[in-house]
Amino acid sequence: MIPSSFTYKRADSASEALDLAAEYGDDAKFLAGGHSLLPLMKLRLAAPEVIIDLGGLRDLSYVTDQGSYVAIGALTRHHDVEHSEVLGREVPLLAHAAGQVGDPQIRHRGTIGGSVAHADPASDLPAVLLALDATLVARGADGAREIGIGDFFQGLFETALEPDELLTEIRVPKPASAGAWSFQKFTQRAIDWAIVGCAVQGGNVALVNMGGTPLRAAATEAALAGGAGPAEAAAHAAEGTSPADDIRATRAYREHLARVLVSRALTEANSRS
Amino acid sequence: MKVDLTVNGKDITADVEDRMLLVHFLRDVADLTATNVGCDTTSCGACTVLLDGESVKSCTVLAAQASGHQVTTVEGLATNGEMHPVQRAFHNEHGLQCGFCTPGMVMAIVSLLEENPHPTEEQVRNGLEGNLCRCTGYHNIVRAALAAAEVSS
Repeated sequence: MIPSSFTYKRADSASEALDLAAEYGDDAKFLAGGHSLLPLMKLRLAAPEVIIDLGGLRDLSYVTDQGSYVAIGALTRHHDVEHSEVLGREVPLLAHAAGQVGDPQIRHRGTIGGSVAHADPASDLPAVLLALDATLVARGADGAREIGIGDFFQGLFETALEPDELLTEIRVPKPASAGAWSFQKFTQRAIDWAIVGCAVQGGNVALVNMGGTPLRAAATEAALAGGAGPAEAAAHAAEGTSPADDIRATRAYREHLARVLVSRALTEANSRS
Repeated sequence: MKVDLTVNGKDITADVEDRMLLVHFLRDVADLTATNVGCDTTSCGACTVLLDGESVKSCTVLAAQASGHQVTTVEGLATNGEMHPVQRAFHNEHGLQCGFCTPGMVMAIVSLLEENPHPTEEQVRNGLEGNLCRCTGYHNIVRAALAAAEVSS
């Protein structure tokens, strides 16, 4: 399978990427690691006329300790997030989850920013960052702005980013109790997208693939805040969700998985803290 | 567009379509046909090569993205007619049946051992999660990886 024809442009800096985006507008798509976009282009589910390759923007690949939060460059690969010492110490949930994305080859190419900006609800890291209350930094022609992750995901593959904005950094506040985390996902084969997954950090619980966007399990979080134990709180995990009914699983099965995985995750997070 | 890749140590410059995938560049332009196209959907790993020393699935990388970078295929592993330790271990442990997944398996293991020279069996199995063997001959492939690690230590 070969993508339909497009014009390839390589950006050597964030400013050059933004200039190219302004020049080509809606006809263009940014390409980071390409492991979400290229498969869609090969299936002709996406057919951008211009590809702006961000692979040369090495200065957007970093993980730095900023005191109260950890700053991660948008082009940091999953492999580098997984092996980051700073994240392993301060935000082990994120380091662990990055190591669960796809397979080693995919983690050598895929980036955290690409994964977030692509906004696939079946993707692991968007839900993990939702559980971590991350803040995203987007740069446009008029400068940079911060977007809370709760406002970022607006629908299936839809985000708060403007067409001429580039996601440049992910800021993850250091969790008060970094050890109280868990990441669970259920897949048919090792490298598949999650049928359902969940991320727990302290009292925050986020769900993978339980709706058009990653979701916080609000009813479970409320039950936890009210003093409920893992099993009791997890019974509410599917409330307020709208999972798909598809070839992989029925809606009822996904709701069941959400309750089971959240229960396991809360139990594991409790045992670690 | 013009791309310029170093493949197995050799500079290859070519004028290709912007949309050309790395695997097609290797097979059709560089004439290196050991790298197979399997599933073509980033799942099976048959097309695994090294890009700047790290394993990638060449069906999901554009030749343009690899321009200016180093690519190694299984044809580039042997030195002076001597098989690479991972190739030798596949031979000794009979790490293949039909052979279709083998070039990708070998390259994935070369990358794995580069990152973790002394993996446990579990680490090898997890490290090969992106490579499928439809003969289901995984046991000897894992043995080959462990034997290669042993030889290199």
